[in-house]
Amino acid sequence: MKAAWLPRVALHAGAVILSLWVVLPIYFITLAAFSTQDAVYKYPKNLVPQDLSTETMRFFLNSAGVVDSLQRSVFVAALTLLFALGVGTPAGYAIARFVFRGANGFRLAVVSTRAFPIVILSIPLAVTYIRWGIDDSVLGVALAHTALALPFAVLVTSSVFAGISVELEEAAMTLGCSRMAAFRKIALPLALPGLAAAAIFVFIISWNEVFAASILTLRNPTLPAQVLSVLNESALPFRFAGGFFLLAPSLIVIFVIRKYLFNMWGRVVK
Amino acid sequence: MAAVAQRATLGRRLRRWEGLPYWLILPTLAYLALFFVWPMVKSFQLAFQDDGVWTVQPFRTMVDDVEFGNALRFTLLLIVFIIPIQFVLALTMALIVNAKLRARGLFLYIFLLPLAISDLAAGIVWSSMFTELGYLNTVLEKVGAIGTPYIWIDPTHESKLLFTVVMAEIWRSTALIMIILVAGLQGIPRDYTEAAEVFGAGLFNRIRYVILPMLKPSIQVALLLRVILAFEVFSTVIAITGRGSTVLAAEAWRWQTANMDANVAAAYASLILVLSVVSAALVLGLLRTPKERIAR
Repeated sequence: MKAAWLPRVALHAGAVILSLWVVLPIYFITLAAFSTQDAVYKYPKNLVPQDLSTETMRFFLNSAGVVDSLQRSVFVAALTLLFALGVGTPAGYAIARFVFRGANGFRLAVVSTRAFPIVILSIPLAVTYIRWGIDDSVLGVALAHTALALPFAVLVTSSVFAGISVELEEAAMTLGCSRMAAFRKIALPLALPGLAAAAIFVFIISWNEVFAASILTLRNPTLPAQVLSVLNESALPFRFAGGFFLLAPSLIVIFVIRKYLFNMWGRVVK
Repeated sequence: MAAVAQRATLGRRLRRWEGLPYWLILPTLAYLALFFVWPMVKSFQLAFQDDGVWTVQPFRTMVDDVEFGNALRFTLLLIVFIIPIQFVLALTMALIVNAKLRARGLFLYIFLLPLAISDLAAGIVWSSMFTELGYLNTVLEKVGAIGTPYIWIDPTHESKLLFTVVMAEIWRSTALIMIILVAGLQGIPRDYTEAAEVFGAGLFNRIRYVILPMLKPSIQVALLLRVILAFEVFSTVIAITGRGSTVLAAEAWRWQTANMDANVAAAYASLILVLSVVSAALVLGLLRTPKERIAR
């Protein structure tokens, strides 16, 4: 037992340094977003909260197109959530509960969709949507985002159901419940927290997505697409406040579903 | 007896539902066919056909464009620099989380923070760090490392642009690698590392001979995911470097939105797809885990 404290000190030091590396950029952009516009242009910058103000955020929110695109982003994410869970949850339940021919193949097919980048989906969809009459629309973007989020929804919901003992449902069925009633009264309530976590993550997948969103929209962009299209011509306060605004929901989401993250990713990758 | 009879009725009732799993997966299959397989076929069609005639013209336009070489080189350079650094960092984070520190929950949460941050947001965050009158220069000046603001985002120096994008991308996506490695680490029985320790293996030998070999399947999954994501890098580059540098996905985006040429954009998309699939196959081939090892 030579110098048992040394590795522990090194571990803590490493942990603190890495934590600072993760947290400081988030702290700085938050600081910038909530300071006066003058402070945003100032150099050297304030490293501690000074000149606090909502001026910069208001400037961003009042910029042309921001509020509209924000609304669209929320609609798109909500639709994506509905579609992805609506279509994906039954499949997730199926691979968690049934042994059937082709189950592994199906699982593999779902996992392998990750290998196909969104880039290759959105370009032909832009052409197709014009024919379908849903170009430049909330629905069109949501349908593309669903393609992106669906494999994730299937795998996560399957891991949620796999975590609930099948015997509970069987017991309900021996006691006279139909399969549907057993699912509705037993499995679903137990799965609800996990499904909610999955829903939140699907929401953020859509909220974050910018490539498809900016290719599939022209005059009606989502918030990330709007920010991206004017980014290189816009003033610093717009950039910094916009960056913070795009970032903030993801921080909240990680906080809310932190308990489920390992179940989600731990099982998804296996 | 009653229990047996009950089981039997239950069995009958379950058999009646034999087709059920197929009905349950049908919507997903249909959706993926319509919004995954079909667009992919369409994409190749766009890249190789013009009014029903086979052509390689979009590819010729793509390759002849001045930005093509830059985009391809920058994309590959990003992969070469990001992946090794990122894996060392992710493994360090995973080992820290796995060690029984009192504040491990807090550290884990902090390390996970970037998991849900978009590439665009990460790009903007790091542009606020790297911009000439930004936070990094402020910090460096306060500690006396520099006298005048250093120009990090310098369009005339590819290496500087590369450095800034690599920083942002590592910052953003290391959490994803870490979470996969932590899940893998938790599958390694503590006895193994403890046994190695009893026999005198130091930390580095434990990592080298016990942890890394047992972590190989997780590393493979993480690497696979990372390589594929690397070809999709796009808005981070635009947010930080503006038009200073470009990557393949950004070129696809520009051809589609600014030049309104879906054929060349589709050619880029096809190239990205082929590169992702080839590198995924490479990762699977290079890190193949022998069957007997999986069985353990």
